[in-house]
Amino acid sequence: MTAGLSVIGKNTLAALAALGRVVLFALATLRHMVSGPFYLRELWVALIQIGWLSLPVVGLTALFTGGALALQIYAGGARFNAEAVVPSIVAIGMTRELGPVLGGLMVAARVASSVAAEIGTMKVTEQIDALVTLSTNPMKYLTVPRVVAATLAVPLLVAVGDAIGIMGGYLVGISRLGFNEAAYIKNTVDFLEHWDILSGMIKGAVFGFIVSLMGCYYGMNSSRGAQGVGAATKSAVVAASVLILAANYVLTEVFFSA
Amino acid sequence: MIELQNVHKSFGSNHVLRGVDVSVNKGKSLVIIGGSGTGKSVTIKCILGLVKPDQGTIFVDGQDVNSAERDAFLARFGMLFQGGALFDSLTIWQNVAFRLLRGRLKKPQDEARAIAIEKLRRVGLKADVADKFPAELSGGMQKRVGLARAIAAEPEIIFFDEPTTGLDPIMSGVINDLIREIVVEMGATAITITHDMSSVRAIADQVAMLHEGKIRWSGSIKDMDQSGDPFLSQFINGRADGPIEAVR
Repeated sequence: MTAGLSVIGKNTLAALAALGRVVLFALATLRHMVSGPFYLRELWVALIQIGWLSLPVVGLTALFTGGALALQIYAGGARFNAEAVVPSIVAIGMTRELGPVLGGLMVAARVASSVAAEIGTMKVTEQIDALVTLSTNPMKYLTVPRVVAATLAVPLLVAVGDAIGIMGGYLVGISRLGFNEAAYIKNTVDFLEHWDILSGMIKGAVFGFIVSLMGCYYGMNSSRGAQGVGAATKSAVVAASVLILAANYVLTEVFFSA
Repeated sequence: MIELQNVHKSFGSNHVLRGVDVSVNKGKSLVIIGGSGTGKSVTIKCILGLVKPDQGTIFVDGQDVNSAERDAFLARFGMLFQGGALFDSLTIWQNVAFRLLRGRLKKPQDEARAIAIEKLRRVGLKADVADKFPAELSGGMQKRVGLARAIAAEPEIIFFDEPTTGLDPIMSGVINDLIREIVVEMGATAITITHDMSSVRAIADQVAMLHEGKIRWSGSIKDMDQSGDPFLSQFINGRADGPIEAVR
């Protein structure tokens, strides 16, 4: 009995300690963000890596999701003769929820893993120590550019994903479900509000921050050897994905609960 | 002058340094020897502030390292890491000139590149490696690039962490000679950690042996062979039997 309780207690304390370390890491990142020196070249490289090179995977994800969404809403709507809602629900569903969440998760898979593996490898090969001896703060040189880049790039990826997702719905709508082209577009535009798009992009910024932060945190705290880097990579992706879904719920509650 | 007084450091239950006292005079070359896991690397990392000692003080030119302004303090040091620790995302010349491309020692790009190429030549590498990436070079060449990076900003104090580990005997000899020449010609203070006795004989003015977290013996290289210390004697002669347990 006491043994069982002590295991629960020990794990709870360990989880809280880990949470505390992540929060401290996030605060340190924010502090370094506002005080120089700033490494603009690193930021540019990170923007290309995180933003530009994620476009294909985010675009494809959005395209297929938009298409599937149109089919589902059509089938569901048909149960109460409401097939006409397909364009507007696809648009709202993509911009508010699926664009940011699926975009965020795809970026988590692509970026949190690569950032954690890269920084983790730098840690185990003493490159992080080398940075310090070369008078360069690793938080400013490695973490800040990646976190800033993801926070800026993911909202734009979400916006592009929204557009491609809506196009996926449109293509399925006109080719498979018999919608009129002009009517589909008019329906989409008429019902979509600025806030639908903006709220999704704000979510994207938060998700981007989470993804890069987790990649950097687990990379910087990677233990020795290939196994350490592997574990760091796995933890970064898992933590980023779970935090994205949790943050999505909280943000949806804040933005849309009546 | 670098001076460590009663430095302790533990990692969890592993008490690595148990009161290290050692000093090296300006312009001299100290080599710290000792078996694997005796805390040689930790000692150097404590001086640089990469690891914070639990107890004890470290002075560089009479100033406590904790009270020194960090950037100015680190600008005086150069370090060659065991595996080179070159940044694989940067080209060779950008690695060598890292310090000259940013921060307080920043120079125009052309000038930094010229210095990098000059330093590469100093360690015996041709200018055509400048635009390659670290992964394209052999281990010995990477070590030389690491050496070039360590000396690029003309530091007063240079640390060498196992400079010959993983190199063949001839390349080890080349690196040892280079270290000796560079330290003498720059007038730098050097601390090297190694368990390679050929390095010790090539590089050292003074030798200190670390055993079980303390300095077991220290003295001039001339006195090393006649120290009469059974621990030191076992180590430098590489004998399996003696006071140091072979299985640790």
